[in-house]
Amino acid sequence: MTVDLFITCLNDAMFPRTGEATVKLLERLGHEVRFNERQTCCGQMHFNSGYQEDALKLVRHFVETFRDAEAIVAPSGSCVGMVRDLYPRAAEWAGDEALLEEVNALTPRVFELSEFLVKELGVEDVGAYYPHRVTYHQTCHAMRILRVGDAPLRLLRNVKGLNLVELPAVEQCCGFGGTFSVKNADTSTAMLADKVQNVMSTGAEACTAGDNSCLMHIGGGLSRLQAGTRTVHLAEILASTEGEVFA
Amino acid sequence: MSAGGIKPARTFQQAAKVTLANPQMRRNLRHATTVIREKRERAVAELLDWEALRDEGAAVKDHVMARLSEYLLDLESAVKARGGHVHWARDAAEARGIVAGIAEGHGAREVIKVKSISTDEIELNAALSERGIHAIETDLAELIVQLAEDRPSHILVPAIHRNRAEIRDLFRRKLGAELLTDEPKALAEAARLYLREKFLTTKVAVSGANFAVAESGTVCVVESEGNGRMCVTMPDVLISVMGIEKVVPTWQDLAVFMRLLPRSSTAERMNPYTSFWSGVTPGDGPQEFHLVLLDNGRTDVLADEVGRQTLRCIRCSACLNVCPVYERAGGHAYGSVYPGPIGAILTPQLLHLEDKNANTLPWASSLCGACYDACPVKINIPEVLLYLRGKITEEKPLSVEAVAFKTAAWVMSEPHRFEGAIRLARTGQGPLVRNGAIHALPGMLGGWTDTRDLPAFPPQTFREWWRKRPAPQVRGDDGNAQTSEGEPVAPERTDDRGPV
Ligand code: SF4
Repeated sequence: MTVDLFITCLNDAMFPRTGEATVKLLERLGHEVRFNERQTCCGQMHFNSGYQEDALKLVRHFVETFRDAEAIVAPSGSCVGMVRDLYPRAAEWAGDEALLEEVNALTPRVFELSEFLVKELGVEDVGAYYPHRVTYHQTCHAMRILRVGDAPLRLLRNVKGLNLVELPAVEQCCGFGGTFSVKNADTSTAMLADKVQNVMSTGAEACTAGDNSCLMHIGGGLSRLQAGTRTVHLAEILASTEGEVFA
Repeated sequence: MSAGGIKPARTFQQAAKVTLANPQMRRNLRHATTVIREKRERAVAELLDWEALRDEGAAVKDHVMARLSEYLLDLESAVKARGGHVHWARDAAEARGIVAGIAEGHGAREVIKVKSISTDEIELNAALSERGIHAIETDLAELIVQLAEDRPSHILVPAIHRNRAEIRDLFRRKLGAELLTDEPKALAEAARLYLREKFLTTKVAVSGANFAVAESGTVCVVESEGNGRMCVTMPDVLISVMGIEKVVPTWQDLAVFMRLLPRSSTAERMNPYTSFWSGVTPGDGPQEFHLVLLDNGRTDVLADEVGRQTLRCIRCSACLNVCPVYERAGGHAYGSVYPGPIGAILTPQLLHLEDKNANTLPWASSLCGACYDACPVKINIPEVLLYLRGKITEEKPLSVEAVAFKTAAWVMSEPHRFEGAIRLARTGQGPLVRNGAIHALPGMLGGWTDTRDLPAFPPQTFREWWRKRPAPQVRGDDGNAQTSEGEPVAPERTDDRGPV
């Protein structure tokens, strides 16, 4: 299958390794991977902060960029959540019928990486090797908007050498929430404190998730505490093999 | 006197700091919400048709909202036909005036109240006290809040932020109760002794209403202690204050909510006391009944296509109990009698999106979506939050933040501008980076780095890597790697940079 990558702006700028891992992984599974260099940002940050008109510019840009794609895959649950769940709202609230039609035609082709692998491709064993103790954080958007269910866990359980340990209160938000983490920094920190405590209680070497924004938050807390546990994007674990350590 | 009202005195950010700095309150909240969350999940899982029931609840409410005036008029004539009086209150002041006037007309010095958020919404107790009438809360938790001269912090468990030891001390001080233990039984007994006397001697009662059935003019209160039943049957005069959205067309419709409400709120299959009354019955119960229909901003909410779903709310508090923000910041942070996720969307709307402090509430959410999953009438709270954020932001003059977002949108709508910005940031971050991370950011962003590190921009973006990589590889049907043109290639590509 020809897969169009949506790397997302955060990954592009801050976590390029996740994008590289996604490419590596999909190619290893036999797919042709394309990266349309016109892509930028899904507009989630704008939309969630109340700047809907500005977000709309980015919605249009996204639609134009990916109009002809067969399947669009992103290593980010929240950005896919934005496209699938909120692009229709954005178009509706702006009263833009034509855009709404385009959006509705596009959204069924947009997938988060783990759901694409498990639900679309039916692959649970991607031939990865990662000999570490790992705990998995269920990100809110993947869980409640995309309903990826246990797709990430199925993938992780099939990684050779990986020791998966359950994260207590796994369904609780880490407190990132985009600009929430800055605007309501105190509350966000209180939420993060509990999340970090739970991660540390597992004794895991790494905490993984399908979204670098949440991981940046959790990782930011762990790093400040010099906790000795790091964060790794799911794609980087899945891309790792005995021959090549990705993360 | 427990304060009430819906106008927050401070922004959410300012108010949240207080609870966040109170470890005892945070522990109390965490304990209570965790327990009730788990119980609710079990109670809901028992019903195989839960999802269908939620849809039904939402549908009934939507139907009512579409024809609200019709059902309210039906309700009015049915109540009157059964000997009750109906009053229409446009706002809080009008409602207060109506209730106080009736109480005064009967020469009441005391009124007993059963938990009613709508009377807290209109700040009834303070208005009565101004006229020399003392309002006595009879719901145990409300009583605790009242005695502590505190504000309620939860819809259903107003004293959720208090633990047993704190309550025992309070009862000792205020009720003169000589308690030996802080066992719930002993605490309840002390309250019972105090309240029993009030039930027997007070002539006027004020209640809220969970529902009102239009077809028969029946008002309904759902509660767990029986105090509500005492209030609606013992006194001579009963005044019920209800928001106009509480009307349901028929008993059939009511049945849906009787199944949804107890499981969502207290995780019970059925709540202990459900009281119904229709007008007056000679010789039985109150001989005078007044129903006050409260608007107080609701018709404005109704007029808004997206915001309207807020009025489906049956005040079950499930959204509060699952909300990670509520759990940390506590109910008081919302500055209104409607805390938590529902408060974050209801309060600003009731205030016509004109109150500066209330307008900070739609941002008091990480948009995790737990509230939407829990809501028995499927109010899409995250959607309404976003919608309100948009409406409030639209109104704002050009702030620093607005300029920043506009610039960002301009930059991000063109890839070359986006790339340029990253290059700029990469160069600019130099002095901020220590050991590969940023530990302190200036200005608005400092809120992040007060407690969290931020990774530094890496030396190469994904797209820079992509441009430099060798021709794309795919595996052919034989499992060997090949280019997209079908040419075989070496399976492993060497990278120009090592692992990060
Ligand atoms: S919004 Fe929904 S979950 Fe929250 S109190 Fe209202 S009905 Fe219950």
